Amino acid sequence: MEVKKLTVLGGRDKDGNPEPVRELELKRGTVTAVVGPTGSGKSALLRDIEVLARGDTVTGRKVLVNGELPPEDLRFNPRRRLVAHVTQTMGFLADCTVAEFLEAHVEAEGTDVDPYDVLEVANRLTGEPIHPDMHMTELSGGQSRALMVADVAVIGDRPVVLLDEIENAGIKKHEALDELTSHDKIVVVVTHDPVIALRADVRVVMRNGAMTEIIRTSRSEREAAKLLEKVDDWLLELRERVREGERIEGVEPPEVTTA
Amino acid sequence: MKLVIVSGTPGSGKTAVVIHTLENLVDDHDVAYLKVDCLDTEDHEIVEERLGVPAKAGLAKDMCPDHFTAYNLERAVRWAEEEGADVLFVETAGLCLRCSPYVDACLGVCVADVTLGPKSPAKVGPFLSTADVVCVNKGDLVSQAERDVFIKKITEVNPDCKVIETNGLTGTGCELLAELVEKECPEIPTDMRDVRLREKAPLCVCTLCVGETRVASDLHRGVLRRIDGFMEYRGE
Repeated sequence: MEVKKLTVLGGRDKDGNPEPVRELELKRGTVTAVVGPTGSGKSALLRDIEVLARGDTVTGRKVLVNGELPPEDLRFNPRRRLVAHVTQTMGFLADCTVAEFLEAHVEAEGTDVDPYDVLEVANRLTGEPIHPDMHMTELSGGQSRALMVADVAVIGDRPVVLLDEIENAGIKKHEALDELTSHDKIVVVVTHDPVIALRADVRVVMRNGAMTEIIRTSRSEREAAKLLEKVDDWLLELRERVREGERIEGVEPPEVTTA
Repeated sequence: MKLVIVSGTPGSGKTAVVIHTLENLVDDHDVAYLKVDCLDTEDHEIVEERLGVPAKAGLAKDMCPDHFTAYNLERAVRWAEEEGADVLFVETAGLCLRCSPYVDACLGVCVADVTLGPKSPAKVGPFLSTADVVCVNKGDLVSQAERDVFIKKITEVNPDCKVIETNGLTGTGCELLAELVEKECPEIPTDMRDVRLREKAPLCVCTLCVGETRVASDLHRGVLRRIDGFMEYRGE
């Protein structure tokens, strides 16, 4: 089934009042950020999308696929899953090398993707190079995140990707989002990070379990996002240099004035 | 009455998944819970305390716990009827992986622990391959890719099952299992003589089953299988 868009229909907040935002549209190739304080219902929103809620979850929301209530089968049939979820905590149990891991995933998905394409994308997202013969369990947090983002972008054929707070990962966040949208995914990302929130096309504000506002990223916010990306890349580079044991002296922050 | 039989390896999160599923059912249903275990359990007390539903334990002791479940299923159903239940959950111990506790007229639910790794679905046998619903539990502990591979391996041994990703700690996914219990679980026939196990128990009756403790191989009788695969009946 070709998924062009998802529509989240508003339910109720934690006190049972109708959710202020009645409709949230998620289109392919766009990034939607979900912002709000801890406990405001961000994860529950991701969850509703993941299970294609039909008024039966605690929030009472419904999720439409291409404008219609999807068939039940989409929820339970493991062959028709629409959503990939890159979660906050991520360990690997796999007792194998990166190459073996990716080969196993390619085989499970039944695609003819070259595992080395995934690796190439992953290495663009992280400052610490990942080698195919590295053991999965020795990857750092940043390497794991980069590999998993590349994995869902390149191997998985799921149209919807949910990301849970990738900011703590030590990867090039904006490039990670660009990579996913270039594969024409519907990307929904929970974040507290201005680099990501302002890179998104829209952001949904959560409060007390409800979507309270949809903010379309303004032109000046987009400009700000570009500057933040530079700062972010600069920090990432410093991080790698510190990791390499360098002395950091006389650092200059990047040029952060608008053109 | 609807009968839900839940299996899964020890520690896979069966009880946690059942508790959260029952939470989603208690408002609209009268549920009862039976836990079958080997030597000891307190799961029934936890369920009774948290949910206030009739709960009971059966300890198999010296009997094989899956055979014990099959043998006692009729008693369990009668007990749940007396309690006025319209849904009975039977949670099994699930140990030797060679039996499947599901009967034809039940919803067979297998709780599969994703942290057991991608080889485990091929190993755990009929309680996975004959299940109607497989709950992939503890998925939050691994990556999306590992969940994908694990779920693929499940569908290789059980192509027609429904798959739900559950989290026994937070209860997410259990609302979907509750929904399947309501929609897909058949009514158990009134006459238990019409109810059959989906899978035959493995054939093996040997002298060890009846108390032999010596290991010397020439002392054993019954249906015996050698490590090289040779199988024979030795006895009268």
